[in-house]
Amino acid sequence: MSNRIDVKKTYKLFINGAFPRTESGRTYEVKNAKGIFIANPCLASRKDLKDAVVAARAAQHGWNNATAYNKGQILYRLAEMLEGRRAQFVDEIVTVTGASKTKAEKEVTDSVDRLVWYAGWTDKISSLSGALNPVAGPYYNFTIPESMGVIAAIAPETPSLLGLIDSIAPIIVGGNTVIVLASTKAPLSAMSFAEVIATSDVPAGVINILTGKKDEITPWMASHMDIDGLDISGLGAKKHAEVKSAGSENLKRIYSFKSADPGRILAFMENKTVWHPIGL
Amino acid sequence: MGEKLSFEYAPAPESRALVSIKPKYGHFIGGKFVAGSKHFPTINPATEEVLSQIARGGKSDVDAAVKAARKAYTTTWSKMSGKERGKYLFRIARIMQERSREFAVLETLDNGKPIRESRDVDVPLAAAHFFYHAGWADKLEYAGLGTTPKAHGVAGQIIPWNFPLLMLAWKVAPALAAGNTVVLKPAETTSLTALLFAEVCQQAELPAGVVNIVTGDGSTGALIVNHPGIDKIAFTGSTEVGKIIARAVAPTNKSVTLELGGKAANIIFEDAAIDESVEGIVNGIFFNQGHVCCAGSRLILQESIADEVLEKLKNRMAKIRVGDPMDKNTDLGAINSKEQLLKIRELTAVGDSEGAQRWSAPCDLPGKGFWFAPTIFTGVTQAHRIAREEIFGPVLSVLTFRTPQEGIDKANNTPFGLSAGIWSEKGSKVLWASQQLRAGVIWANTFNKFDPTSPFGGYKESGWGREGGRHGLSAYLKGVSHE
Repeated sequence: MSNRIDVKKTYKLFINGAFPRTESGRTYEVKNAKGIFIANPCLASRKDLKDAVVAARAAQHGWNNATAYNKGQILYRLAEMLEGRRAQFVDEIVTVTGASKTKAEKEVTDSVDRLVWYAGWTDKISSLSGALNPVAGPYYNFTIPESMGVIAAIAPETPSLLGLIDSIAPIIVGGNTVIVLASTKAPLSAMSFAEVIATSDVPAGVINILTGKKDEITPWMASHMDIDGLDISGLGAKKHAEVKSAGSENLKRIYSFKSADPGRILAFMENKTVWHPIGL
Repeated sequence: MGEKLSFEYAPAPESRALVSIKPKYGHFIGGKFVAGSKHFPTINPATEEVLSQIARGGKSDVDAAVKAARKAYTTTWSKMSGKERGKYLFRIARIMQERSREFAVLETLDNGKPIRESRDVDVPLAAAHFFYHAGWADKLEYAGLGTTPKAHGVAGQIIPWNFPLLMLAWKVAPALAAGNTVVLKPAETTSLTALLFAEVCQQAELPAGVVNIVTGDGSTGALIVNHPGIDKIAFTGSTEVGKIIARAVAPTNKSVTLELGGKAANIIFEDAAIDESVEGIVNGIFFNQGHVCCAGSRLILQESIADEVLEKLKNRMAKIRVGDPMDKNTDLGAINSKEQLLKIRELTAVGDSEGAQRWSAPCDLPGKGFWFAPTIFTGVTQAHRIAREEIFGPVLSVLTFRTPQEGIDKANNTPFGLSAGIWSEKGSKVLWASQQLRAGVIWANTFNKFDPTSPFGGYKESGWGREGGRHGLSAYLKGVSHE
């Protein structure tokens, strides 16, 4: 037994590539399955969300214009960084959720593999969904999927890491930027994943992570006029109608997903059709 | 000898003898025309002549139509092979082609659009939509939605008055090809071609109840949107109503597609072919009296060529022939309704009061009917309401820019995102601009082109989903992973 006192981490938000505390000064207590105190993560405020949206909007143009190859390499880099920190993530999942080490290891392994899977989609999704349209006239006409803009996501409570990956990756594969609300009960994976992001050449503002209460933050996300889409997979079905109704004010695209597939990427992409005359 | 040469056009009116309009119409439900209870007049907006009396569908009419559609879906349409369904759609396409002149004349009488446009654009494209989608009916497993894509069931479809028959085709053709049955409501002011389409369904021996048409106004539309027996809503119309629909269906499992408003930028770069651009500007905003959701209603001109383009544009606008829509020479027909004319007048008055400069083409407007001369506003800023709100009339707002990026930023400064135009002779600039513009349809060195194979639809507040092509078809099929 060592007498050394642990250096404990302060869990903060991740906005615009930095780790600020919530401007509200509010925190909440996270305890493990046995009721023992673990951390005081931030209770993100409406202002924190607004700051994150500003950062995400500013980053969107650059991320959208990054080549698919570049985006793919950055997503792969996330997988590399996560792989190197497996032990930390396993440890946090075990500590917070009380899951067995084997189960936690499987979740981290699946998360790394899922990131690798998404990384490969960046330069393939447009050939899956794009089209050259044979119009009845002398026009070159094609349709390509492109980014929708700024997307918010509610990550599921569990699995706290894999669920987070599925909330973030498909959105950024499509060239969008994202603000994700982490699992409330198990936010440690998300806040440590922010450190993975910070060391993976993901441009500031492309991924922003908040912690806090779903009931508080979701309506703010739904009614925010500069958020283009919302993934509510992590929100109880009973709340969906209310969120969709609030989101109709700017006709947000609001979806929930049951699986990781290309449809999840395409849901937050817009199809653009371009016409150009053919002739001498 | 000293006399100026003059090239006046003699009137060339299309005959209306081809169409027979009944004095009163009911609804088309379960394969039969059934009497309505309350009626309202439909008029020719070019003359204010009452053409017929249209039924205002109430709850019992919508209930009956949904019931007929459900029965047809359960007992007939969902059990029929795609191959056989497709044959009905091919039949419909052919009959529409055969009766195309009749459709064109009726459309022009009821809508006010020039016969040249209804004859050469609306009706042929409507037939083409049925022909295109007919071929999808037996190929749905190749549409990219898995090996067993399923129809939604009963689709409720609400369409606008600007392209009455064409919008019907955009809605009905993919719905039927995918295996849905439909309850369609045409716009209040333009029901006649939908009712003629009902006759086409009868001639094609389409099984009863596969297509049901309930006429009426917004209250009838609301009954369709809120009907629990409907699985899928497809709406084309204003963003304002689109938001109401989005809110109404939020607590339900209804699938929704929305084609809504626009305020499209038409960007002219200094290296554009100027004369072609001027034609493109005219086509962009004055096609169909500007009653086009994707109309190029914001002209975004590079400053270095602004004076030259505006001079040529005014010159060209002075030659637009405004008047009798039945005349084959007419370029600009009647405004569809008094209500719409008042809205155009109101917004253009706001343009004056906010300090923009109005110029209208000199033209004689007929004494009867609803008319608005082709008009441009210069000196428009991004804050002006005429730069932000959809006017839905022959009114163009002109803004200028210096650098290409400023042009793009101005173009994208709108909550809408339906379409945009780019004019430049430089290929790399065209492709760059088409990447930067946040809109669903980009016309480069052309404008207002449509095709059934080409997906159409908007970003942002211009709507949800696409119509046309494989992307449009998928709106009528289940199989996507999200809900």
